[in-house]
Amino acid sequence: MSFLELKKVTKVYPNGTKAINETSLNIEHGEFMVFVGPSGCGKSTLLRMIAGLEDITEGEIDLDGKTINKIDPSDRDIAMVFQNYALYPHMNVYKNLSYGLKNKGESKEIINKKVNEVAELLEIKEYLQRKPAQLSGGQRQRVAMGRAIVRNPKVFLFDEPLSNLDAKLRGQVRIEIKKLQQSMNVTSVFVTHDQVEAMTLGDRMAVINEGVIEQIGTPIEVYEKPKSKFVAEFIGSPQMNFINGTIKNNNFESKGLKLNIDLNIDNANVALGFRADDLEIKEDGEISLNIDIIEKLGSDSIIYGRDKNGESICYKESGNTKLGIGENINISINVDNVHIFDEKKGKRLN
Amino acid sequence: MNKKIAQFSAHTVLFLGVLLMVVPIWIAFASSTHENVTILKEGMKWGLGDQLVKNYNEVLNQKGGFSQEITATKMFINSFIMAFGIASIKVIISSMSAYAIVYFRFKLAVPLFWLIFITLLVPLEVRILPSYQVVSDLHLTNTYTGLILPLVASATATFFFRQFYKSIPDELLEAAKLDGANSWKFFIDFLVPLSKTMMAAMFIFMFVYGYSQYLWPLIMTTDDKYWTVVMGMKIIFQESYEGGNLPRVAERFAYIILSMIPPILVVVFLQRWFIQGLIQTEK
Repeated sequence: MSFLELKKVTKVYPNGTKAINETSLNIEHGEFMVFVGPSGCGKSTLLRMIAGLEDITEGEIDLDGKTINKIDPSDRDIAMVFQNYALYPHMNVYKNLSYGLKNKGESKEIINKKVNEVAELLEIKEYLQRKPAQLSGGQRQRVAMGRAIVRNPKVFLFDEPLSNLDAKLRGQVRIEIKKLQQSMNVTSVFVTHDQVEAMTLGDRMAVINEGVIEQIGTPIEVYEKPKSKFVAEFIGSPQMNFINGTIKNNNFESKGLKLNIDLNIDNANVALGFRADDLEIKEDGEISLNIDIIEKLGSDSIIYGRDKNGESICYKESGNTKLGIGENINISINVDNVHIFDEKKGKRLN
Repeated sequence: MNKKIAQFSAHTVLFLGVLLMVVPIWIAFASSTHENVTILKEGMKWGLGDQLVKNYNEVLNQKGGFSQEITATKMFINSFIMAFGIASIKVIISSMSAYAIVYFRFKLAVPLFWLIFITLLVPLEVRILPSYQVVSDLHLTNTYTGLILPLVASATATFFFRQFYKSIPDELLEAAKLDGANSWKFFIDFLVPLSKTMMAAMFIFMFVYGYSQYLWPLIMTTDDKYWTVVMGMKIIFQESYEGGNLPRVAERFAYIILSMIPPILVVVFLQRWFIQGLIQTEK
């Protein structure tokens, strides 16, 4: 039995919208699970159901062997970090951290000890007397973390906690969260729409789309073998290239492209997916690309162009490219790393 | 140059406005420091006289009314009790009803809110007879409770609190829930401290409103022990017309000046909060 178990959880809002559809998921003790998906996919709803902020229409959520469906949020032994931190604006940092403990009826000495420990851990000791409005974004973030840690919960829930930070801080805090989670070994669920966060933070990730988990796996599994076209599109930057065509006699065929693929299906309409990294410039490359746009990132260059049939294709080259806009290049696909999806259903076929 | 003209005219308008408001008060004050005879003979005064202490002392301490027992001091106390009671209960009731309307999603919340809001159309003066009937059936005439009770509900304040509570992000409630705050605690630990400037602002509004009530105390009180300052203004020195005495004009002016002081004090001391409360965003 897993530490946190979701069993066929369904959420239907009073207006009839189905936000989550029969979702099952097991999270092990100490695991860092990331829910990732586009906005409105239901990932936050799922998190809030674990927190007890949303009712569960059907199904069951078990934590540490106990069904928590009907348990009050404050008694579930969970802590949550909110997107906008939801610090109490009229209380100073000390009171923000201690409020939950006070409500639990802990003695003053214990509260004081715990708050100071956490403040030390997060290096916010100097700010204990300040109000949230007097703190910078990063400091507020720490206080929000501290408020979760101080309660010593069984599960941490993070609801897009990094999206309010600027890019530089986001990277820092991301690493801090990862470190902290590893050192404390607390089961965590992290919601994000940012695939970089999902890839870097999670032990495993669940890609969610329209209320359904499309794939659960380690970030590398998901990246290397996306189970559906949706996952393939969503994970990985730049986005995966797709060309529609058919498979006949172990050959992929589309208008201008013929590719030998070892796949035992016939006459199927498929979408052939390949990442920008799985392309290579070759004299006899099967795709000839006319370059539209070049993005130079320093370490890599991303080249966007179109083939003879007008399909847009993106190709990544390491280092600063010497290519120029309007040039024609021939590229070839690394056949070992292609992803083949059913064109209609989007399911992976290879 | 243009800017200067604009500034000059703006200041002129402001100055005229100030004059318009201050001059009558000054005349009342100046007149209150003369003898009754002087005012009667020479009309109202611009300059100060020498009867300041005597007139004010007399106003505050001389007994009047039907039973010759009520003094202005006592009326000030009554007015204060009434205004304070109305203002504080109004703030408490409206903030709590706004809390119920905003945070407890019961089915009738919206219609109930509009029902409360509609009562703005029915001020006390319109419902004065039924109100009197109710209070008198409850045997509350000539009591402080009777003075205060019919005026403690406030649609305006409920509306203001509702708007304010709606602007508080939901996450705050959710975070508080996770921290184990129940509904009562959320109100006391969060909404009250967050809206305290707004409460102060409402308190000032309502204090002045309660203090300046005229018709209700006039109808409600037959016993002069419960007279309030504003209604007393007309009655207090009335007996002096009888028996050939001179009308006590100067003392009335003194009384008027005194009656203006409590609301002014409230505004002066609470105005910092008052302004904050109307423009605040403590988030």
